[in-house]
Amino acid sequence: MGHLHWMMDDLFERLGVEYVKPPQSSTKTLTIGAKHSPEFACLPLKINVGNYIEALDAGADTLIMAGGHGPCRFGYYGIVEQRILLDLGYEFNFVMLEPFNDGKWAFYKTFEKLSPGLSIRKLWKVLKASFAKGRAFDYIHKRSLQVRAYEINKGDTSRAVREAEQVLTGARTLEEIESAALESLAIIDAVEQDPDRDVLKVGIVGEFFLLLEPFSNFGLEEILGHMGVYLERTVWVTDWIAPKRDNKVYGYPKKLVEEKAAPYLNHNVGGEGRETIGGIVLMAERGFDGVIQLLPFGCMPENIATSIIPKVQQDHDIPVLTLAFDEQTGRAGMVTRVEAFLDLLEARRGSKLAAAARA
Amino acid sequence: MAPQSIYPDKTGAMRVGIPRSLLYYKYLPFWKTFLSELGLEVETSPLTNKQILSWGVEIAENELCVPVKAFYGHCMALRGKVDALFVPRVVSVEEREYTCPKFLGLPDMVAAVADRLELPPLLTPKLNQREKPSEFRWQLINFAREEFGLGRIEAVAALDSARRAQKQYQDGLVGGRTPLDLLPASRLNRPRWKAPAERRKRIGLLGHPYNIYDGYITQNLIARLEEMGADLVVPEMTDHHVLMQAATDVPKQLYWSYEKEIMGAVNYWTENKMVDGVIYVLAFACGPDSLVQVLIEHRARMHKVPLMSLTIDEHSGEAGLVTRIEAFTDMLMRKKTAAEAVA
Repeated sequence: MGHLHWMMDDLFERLGVEYVKPPQSSTKTLTIGAKHSPEFACLPLKINVGNYIEALDAGADTLIMAGGHGPCRFGYYGIVEQRILLDLGYEFNFVMLEPFNDGKWAFYKTFEKLSPGLSIRKLWKVLKASFAKGRAFDYIHKRSLQVRAYEINKGDTSRAVREAEQVLTGARTLEEIESAALESLAIIDAVEQDPDRDVLKVGIVGEFFLLLEPFSNFGLEEILGHMGVYLERTVWVTDWIAPKRDNKVYGYPKKLVEEKAAPYLNHNVGGEGRETIGGIVLMAERGFDGVIQLLPFGCMPENIATSIIPKVQQDHDIPVLTLAFDEQTGRAGMVTRVEAFLDLLEARRGSKLAAAARA
Repeated sequence: MAPQSIYPDKTGAMRVGIPRSLLYYKYLPFWKTFLSELGLEVETSPLTNKQILSWGVEIAENELCVPVKAFYGHCMALRGKVDALFVPRVVSVEEREYTCPKFLGLPDMVAAVADRLELPPLLTPKLNQREKPSEFRWQLINFAREEFGLGRIEAVAALDSARRAQKQYQDGLVGGRTPLDLLPASRLNRPRWKAPAERRKRIGLLGHPYNIYDGYITQNLIARLEEMGADLVVPEMTDHHVLMQAATDVPKQLYWSYEKEIMGAVNYWTENKMVDGVIYVLAFACGPDSLVQVLIEHRARMHKVPLMSLTIDEHSGEAGLVTRIEAFTDMLMRKKTAAEAVA
């Protein structure tokens, strides 16, 4: 999923686990997944089921799924997916990887099962290195979201990202990763840019999977980048798995985001509900032109956020476009809505400038 | 303790409204007793009706489930009639578990529209016993003391009578009565006739109380089933702890308490052969149910108990529902007759 596979590749290689890489998520994946998943399950589950079926067909005998303790549906995906696959007649081992904070010993044991004889010390070292690498991938993607808005030759940034990813993949030790990270950031910065371009600043908030997996949102970030939009995003994979939740990549610690959300949503509702509200407030305060919220159709935490957003919009005078995705969503419909939204932002900016000139 | 005004500038006691939706069906006796012991006058909204539901549909985000939409409508129905709305934040009712995320965000969701719709101020105590069982007692005692300036002894007394009322309610449920019998004026319609004894079958009615007992949302499902000769079995008839225990046969424990209860019920019924068939009512876009559905349907298949999942939303048509439940009950009848013929 998203950029997570870079980190997982690295992790399994270091642990010496033989792994099957399922094909990148595709329309076929989604079709298979949607066919076998419950109708009202959220989109990530359907894609996930499709991924698993493709992996099992490619010869995998063990499936790993991340867990959680709710109240979002994600934490229970694993059990339901296991049931669906068993009912389809597949045979496999199933491993649930529960979060580190929910039990350190269980966390270690899960890895020990995958790679027998693994010591805690070695696991810690391996995780540290893989995590550092994952973080570097997050940083280069974050930089690319901003550089793409200014690129002179369309497509240069995406090419630079692919090049940078290659540089990073080869890095092994912590020192190598650090220098590779600097090198890959330099590759992205080297893209020919027009710094005087007048770009729109748009924030992307919403649900984890939709933000991270370009397949699920039709590559929205690239589409927006090519339209000359400077982007920032609230959710990054290494921010999310870091036990401390200080959001190094995003730049605003979880605590601050929650404080900003408190007047509107003063309790954890699972998923990214609170981060969505807090993120919109922060972006409004920092003068963004608008915010786009992405969510899978029926996502509970995001629907709570969506119910509250009109009030945030009103108080902070910032337009928010909500896009819900399911297996029926089409690319053209999404692009049309996004284009209309950008036109609105342009017009607002124009009228604001005119008002300022008059004053 | 006689109700008395806690706001001296007002004549009479403060009136607080409880919307007749969502957790109303689970905890009304508790909340009603607790609030009236605090010296408040408690008012509930009327049964869900066309006006209430259309308010809800208008106000609510359109992807929300129909009971939450109805909740907005019930808040509207209390507008102008009460001085405050009681919308507790029920985070967790069992250790290490949650309720549905929507209950966690409910006060904030209502607050986001409160100004625009001129709703009365909200009373939103937080009930969370995820970390510690019985934590909710202190949370309620503190709520009573902070919000209404009550002494500790009075608050504890109010809590005790509330718990007694709830205990009595739950004993009544386990004794075989339904919330429709025990809660004031809950029935939309009574069954107009009773099916003869040879046409009777035991049907388990599975689902959230706020769906199955809301006659308007479910198009009078209970009365219709009774007319078709169903002896209804509902989860509330079985002791809570038994249900929770019955739900533990999964590799990872469910963390939604109310869904766990539902899953426990279907396990318990199938294991003890308590039902001939199960009707599973779930709201469109209900998050937890959409996943638990997989496990419940698997369970029913394993025990060869016919199960029909009935998805409801604000557009559900009456004719469609009647056709489906008629077909289902007829099928159960044929199955029963065939089994008897073989015997």
